[in-house]
Amino acid sequence: MSALASLPPKPLVATAAASLASRARWKPAEIAFWLATVASIFLLPSKHLILTEIAILGLFALSLDLILGYAGIVSLGHAAFFGFGAYAAGILAKYGIIKEPVLALLASGVLAAALGFVTSFLVLRGSDLTRLMVTLGVALVLREIANQLDITGGADGLQGVVMEPILGHFPFDMFGRTAYIYSLVTLFVLFLIARRIVNSPFGLSLRSIKGNPLRAAAIGIHVNGRLVTIYTIAAAYAGIAGALLTQSTQFASLSVLDFERSADVMLIVIIGGTGYLYGGLIGAVLFKLVQDYLANVNPQYWQFWLGLILVMMIMFGRVYGAIMAALIFAICTWTRLPFMQSIVFTLVVLAVLGIARPQILAVTSRITERAAAIQTRLRARLARKPAER
Amino acid sequence: MLRRDMMLGAAALAAIFASPATAQDTVKIGLIVPMTGQQASTGKQIDAAVKLYQQQHGTTVAGKKVEVILKDDGAVPDNTKRIAQELIVNDKVNFIAGFGVTPAALAAAPLATQAKVPLIVMAAGTSIITERSPYIARTSFTLAQSSVIIADWALKNNIKKAVTMVSDYAPGADAEKFFSDRIKAGGGEIVSAIRVPLANPDFAPFLQRAADAKPDALFIFVPSGQGGTFVRQFTERGLDKAGIKLIGPGDVTDDDLLPGMGDAVIGTVTAHMYSASHPSKMNKDYVTAFEKAYNFRPNFMSVGGYDGMHLIYEALKKTNGDTDGDKLIAAMKGMKWESPRGPISIDPDTRDIVQNIYIRKVEKVNGQLYNQEFATFEAVKDPGKTAK
Repeated sequence: MSALASLPPKPLVATAAASLASRARWKPAEIAFWLATVASIFLLPSKHLILTEIAILGLFALSLDLILGYAGIVSLGHAAFFGFGAYAAGILAKYGIIKEPVLALLASGVLAAALGFVTSFLVLRGSDLTRLMVTLGVALVLREIANQLDITGGADGLQGVVMEPILGHFPFDMFGRTAYIYSLVTLFVLFLIARRIVNSPFGLSLRSIKGNPLRAAAIGIHVNGRLVTIYTIAAAYAGIAGALLTQSTQFASLSVLDFERSADVMLIVIIGGTGYLYGGLIGAVLFKLVQDYLANVNPQYWQFWLGLILVMMIMFGRVYGAIMAALIFAICTWTRLPFMQSIVFTLVVLAVLGIARPQILAVTSRITERAAAIQTRLRARLARKPAER
Repeated sequence: MLRRDMMLGAAALAAIFASPATAQDTVKIGLIVPMTGQQASTGKQIDAAVKLYQQQHGTTVAGKKVEVILKDDGAVPDNTKRIAQELIVNDKVNFIAGFGVTPAALAAAPLATQAKVPLIVMAAGTSIITERSPYIARTSFTLAQSSVIIADWALKNNIKKAVTMVSDYAPGADAEKFFSDRIKAGGGEIVSAIRVPLANPDFAPFLQRAADAKPDALFIFVPSGQGGTFVRQFTERGLDKAGIKLIGPGDVTDDDLLPGMGDAVIGTVTAHMYSASHPSKMNKDYVTAFEKAYNFRPNFMSVGGYDGMHLIYEALKKTNGDTDGDKLIAAMKGMKWESPRGPISIDPDTRDIVQNIYIRKVEKVNGQLYNQEFATFEAVKDPGKTAK
């Protein structure tokens, strides 16, 4: 250390510091995003219940992004921590162990972190495929334990959870307003911490591990230690998300540990994009709103449409794929096509689009390029104006 | 850049989801049933029956238009709770109804109390549900009703040694408890009590254990929808040939799945409150209309939905369109009517259903498998409550 300190600051260190600082700077789009969430409290009072779920799902996705997007750990069992936190919060409240929700929330996070720490050593072993199996296995084991124990209520769910007012002052109301604000504040605070973590030298070292663990080890990064740390942190995040769910619904059931929950959160992070923290949040907003919309329009067959959107997103990129899927859905809905005909129509369209994929991609990439060019020109003009005056 | 585009997109999407205004002269019913997932058949049946009821009886009651809002909860209780809450808060529904599984009904129960909105259980069958809120009434059945009656029948028919096999959740535990208690009280013996997982069960290993115990009969309860798999594995393992009688509440020989179960199921004796072959004119008309409209056979879940709508309609008539929760529940108490399943009523003390339980045997009628009723136990209350 002393030898390093006595050396004059190297340009490399300066570059790294500058790059970290530029990452840490708040961008206008980010500020707009958080202002929009604050506005939603006042502008969408009738949507607080679903928004609460979105905020919780967003936090859960953020947690997965920490390990997937930054450390490259794939997990198909992230619901293990979510569910653990959910049950922990429920049991703490039901048996009056910790009555105050915020303290219970922290306690659930700590408990989930402990579980994350213990199981992280399993995750260190092997490559992606092994990790998928190990994480999946941990979630399955936990789910069965919750199914068998009396304290969790088994398949009937944890009944009779009654929450005290938050900080002794803000009771959970029927309209879900308190729960929404509470979830948003929790999400924002944890987001700030996550942002600090990933923009620190520690975060940078995670990225290098994700890039190439061997080389990271060769330049002196303690790979296993870093992975254990981030996995534990992510587990705490997921546990807090689960605890939020229990506290806002005053109920926990086996579904918090379901494989579907792990798979959904993986989808969400992939839809929104990994490795920039907002991916999980945006993915959660899109996924949940689209799911809710489709399930309302088409309670029986909404899964078909959701699946179509995902396939299209993979085939033609997120934005264009989603637009195309929306068009197909719109055509089927507006023409009131019966479901079977809709399937046939969709499959035919899919086949045509699949064959024409290279041509379509050429067109879409040209559109993107042009849009980018327009944007740069606009930005250049905006930047020039004050100087010209 | 993509990131920012997506953020803008998210904001635009959020703006689209604004809810429409509510009208004063409509009565809204939030129908929450599983339309997807493992319990989807329950939702399909109830949704169909509710639509049929509205086709037959119109959509206007006591001068008000009745609107049903169908929601899918996939039988996931936290979905149920959120959807019920949204329906009550945003859509201002006057009733919440449906509830495919017990955990879903239990999750929504506190909301009924808080908002004073009547909750009509059209499917879930655990005894305790109606005790969770004074605003709950049930038009389906309780597991205890069928389980106690089939135990009585078994004792009369020289079944002394039985193995119970139930799905591992509250209704299963109910079925097991009420059947076992009754059998033991009557001098019978339960040689083995087996619980199978609720989700994605493979019955084969459990069936082997049941076969090894060599009972006179196997008492089986699985939720609506799993009966087909069970019966197939039961015959594949040769338990039918080993002389083990298959008995239970009627869920296992669900009318929805019965036509596809194959001849192996013939002779299965069950106790239940509804069979599509119930010999009454009302039921014949019901089944004919139902099959004509939807191309599948109505099952016991469908009558839960049909009678649930009837209960709502009649309660509204009694209150003259008043949608006050207390008045509606008061109107429902003690209500009696003729259902496709036979005469039924709502117990004024427990708000639970009182109905005939029929003993049925699976037989082939005109080339189709049906539960043929051959004995009736009249006006059975929920033993889960009378026992107290």
